[in-house]
Amino acid sequence: MGIFEYAPAPESRDIANLKDHYRPFIGGEFVDGSGEPLKTVNPATEEILAEVGTASVSDVDTAVRAARKAYDTVWSKMPGSERAKYLFRIARLIQERSRELAVLESLDNGKPIKESRDSDVPTAAAHFFYHAGWADKLEYAGYGPNPKPLGVAGQVIPWNFPLLMLAWKIAPALATGNTVVLKPAETTPLTALVFAEICQQAELPPGVVNILPGAGDIGAAIVEHGDVDKIAFTGSTEVGKLIQRTVAGTRKKLTLELGGKAANVVFDDAPLDQAVEGIVNGIFFNQGHVCCAGSRLLVQESVAEEVMEKLRYRVSTLRMGDPLDKNTDIGAINSAEQLAKIRGLVESGDAEGAQRWTSPCPVPDRGFFFAPTVFSDVHQSMRIAREEIFGPVLSVLTFRTPDEAVAKANNTPYGLSAGIWTEKGSRILWMANKLRAGVVWANTFNRFDPAAPFGGYQESGFGREGGRTGLEAYLSV
Amino acid sequence: MSDSKQSESRISVAKTYKLYIGGAFPRSESGRVYPVTDPQGKFLANAAHASRKDVRDAVVAARKAFPGWSGATAYNRGQVLYRVAEMLEGRREQFVSEVAASEGLAPSQAESLVDAAIDRWVWYAGWTDKIASVLGAANPVAGPYFSFTVPEPTGVVGVLAPQASSLLGLVSVLAPVLAGGSTAVVVSSAERPLPAITLSEVLATSDLPGGVANVLTGRAAELGPWLASHGDVNALDPTGATPEDRITLAREAAGTVKRVLTVPDAEPDWTPTPDLSRLRRYLEAKTVWHPLGV
Repeated sequence: MGIFEYAPAPESRDIANLKDHYRPFIGGEFVDGSGEPLKTVNPATEEILAEVGTASVSDVDTAVRAARKAYDTVWSKMPGSERAKYLFRIARLIQERSRELAVLESLDNGKPIKESRDSDVPTAAAHFFYHAGWADKLEYAGYGPNPKPLGVAGQVIPWNFPLLMLAWKIAPALATGNTVVLKPAETTPLTALVFAEICQQAELPPGVVNILPGAGDIGAAIVEHGDVDKIAFTGSTEVGKLIQRTVAGTRKKLTLELGGKAANVVFDDAPLDQAVEGIVNGIFFNQGHVCCAGSRLLVQESVAEEVMEKLRYRVSTLRMGDPLDKNTDIGAINSAEQLAKIRGLVESGDAEGAQRWTSPCPVPDRGFFFAPTVFSDVHQSMRIAREEIFGPVLSVLTFRTPDEAVAKANNTPYGLSAGIWTEKGSRILWMANKLRAGVVWANTFNRFDPAAPFGGYQESGFGREGGRTGLEAYLSV
Repeated sequence: MSDSKQSESRISVAKTYKLYIGGAFPRSESGRVYPVTDPQGKFLANAAHASRKDVRDAVVAARKAFPGWSGATAYNRGQVLYRVAEMLEGRREQFVSEVAASEGLAPSQAESLVDAAIDRWVWYAGWTDKIASVLGAANPVAGPYFSFTVPEPTGVVGVLAPQASSLLGLVSVLAPVLAGGSTAVVVSSAERPLPAITLSEVLATSDLPGGVANVLTGRAAELGPWLASHGDVNALDPTGATPEDRITLAREAAGTVKRVLTVPDAEPDWTPTPDLSRLRRYLEAKTVWHPLGV
């Protein structure tokens, strides 16, 4: 080991309190699901972490009935000030158990412990804390004097931020007076089931929150269920379209947070070292498993060479490996399936003539890992410039004028996020105005806060999460 | 006109009713027309029977007009929309007679509907420069960042206008699209299209840039699917479709993740002052972040 290398600093996996077996949570109790149990895998080692009981279609019906009963008899009748106290309790319990949740999340998802510890779990707690305060102030939210909840919300979330996406869904739903049936992703069910324990510890009335592990068919059963009033989905645009089609013509209110292909635009006057940090954060945060990842770098031609040189150096210093090591920057790809998808798209980049550069970092010989990769000479027509890769792969394009940057940035059916790097304030505001994206980060990237609405334009979905705007998704307005 | 003797002996000049696309008044490219009658079956006019190609031309015009209209200042949009109300008021008598004929109403009933339509337009004109302060926000984020959220127009909106309320209903569905900064392709009431065509003439003479609002006369059942599946239409108001057709349209719209308005099965009473829900449906929240520091 050289003098400037890092000694391993692994977090203990014992902290996760991993159990052999987890079960669905319906009506306030952990129950045996009648679906085929699944085995959840540590993507960094390919070892089985635990067996998880899953829901069947009949369990979906049981959960919806439990949620309906809780809505009718308890939750919709409770004063907002009382609902608020349950949400505050949940926020505190997440904070109290944050270390356990962070380690469990990193084991199940493969993300570096420093991300689950410093980002996912604290932000999840913040979402409950923020929305708790809304529960008794909804008449001030701008939707009229007495906005009503919708009823039972069916929620389907992805595997990239398992606990945080759960918080984004459950906190506003409960604050506005709805009850929920939530399906965590098939590959990352564990923190959602620890969250169910937290609901018990908070003495949340039975049926207000129901958690059903399972695969896509269980998500579909929730979406199709006749007694669900609201569907909230975060995931791929492909599945989002299917859900929108299924819900069409019903009275279910729908919000979708779908894919993205964000442009991160770097002008020649940008502070380049800062910009490079932002580019790296934009695409390599969470292994690029981020719907709003800055996956298309648009760099002004006059500084392209300099930026690429700095970028390659910086990326080559990122440490890939054990997600539980506190020094790890890049963890594991969540599943073999996702790894295969990333590989396929990267091969299309080679085939279509883009220039591939891969970080020389050592790749662990076990687990699902993909070394940070940067493509240059990318054209707008290539698949790696159009399709969401959802992995640590950056496509670099160049531009000459601000107008060209805007045209290229907006040349996508998506519209979730965008980044701007320049020292010129007027240009930031001009660009922010022109970019067709729901979130624009200027001289920063991948910032999230429960007070700041998040969501997409166009095929990145509709509806917002967070802020006053986000409450609309769960109110009958 | 004031000399009744002369008007009795004079043959009036009948108007040819056409489409309104990109600020111009073309006939349908299909060459089709259909007869419009009053509720008693008396012939009123031949209206252009818009086709799929007319829909596509109108979407192209609406998309082309979008950057200018969405980029105009809210104050400017408010002034232009208020100017529309002035022009509506100037044609009040014509609208009263067309609404009365189209909907089979007594003149006094038609008058109150036309007055409500003009007032509705004024109501929305006054919203343009208040939307951002009412629906936007400065976000108190937990970090050294300035974060704000502004509402922005959704884009091109396909509107199947109400079938019964030929002017007030039409104004109630079109004005919120334009007030928020989106552009519109409207399919008018099929059986009662004359007030819509006259409204187009008002829009054409009101400083509203060509293409911001496009009005097609024809059948919602025929034209709706093309709007619902069009890749360059961002939102759809299916009010003028039948409840059964709305389901098909909503499914089609899913292919491009369109925003589809949820509307009541039966056409509502348009006379009460609306809330913000229609304005909100055509707005996207954009959140912008910037670090704080020295």
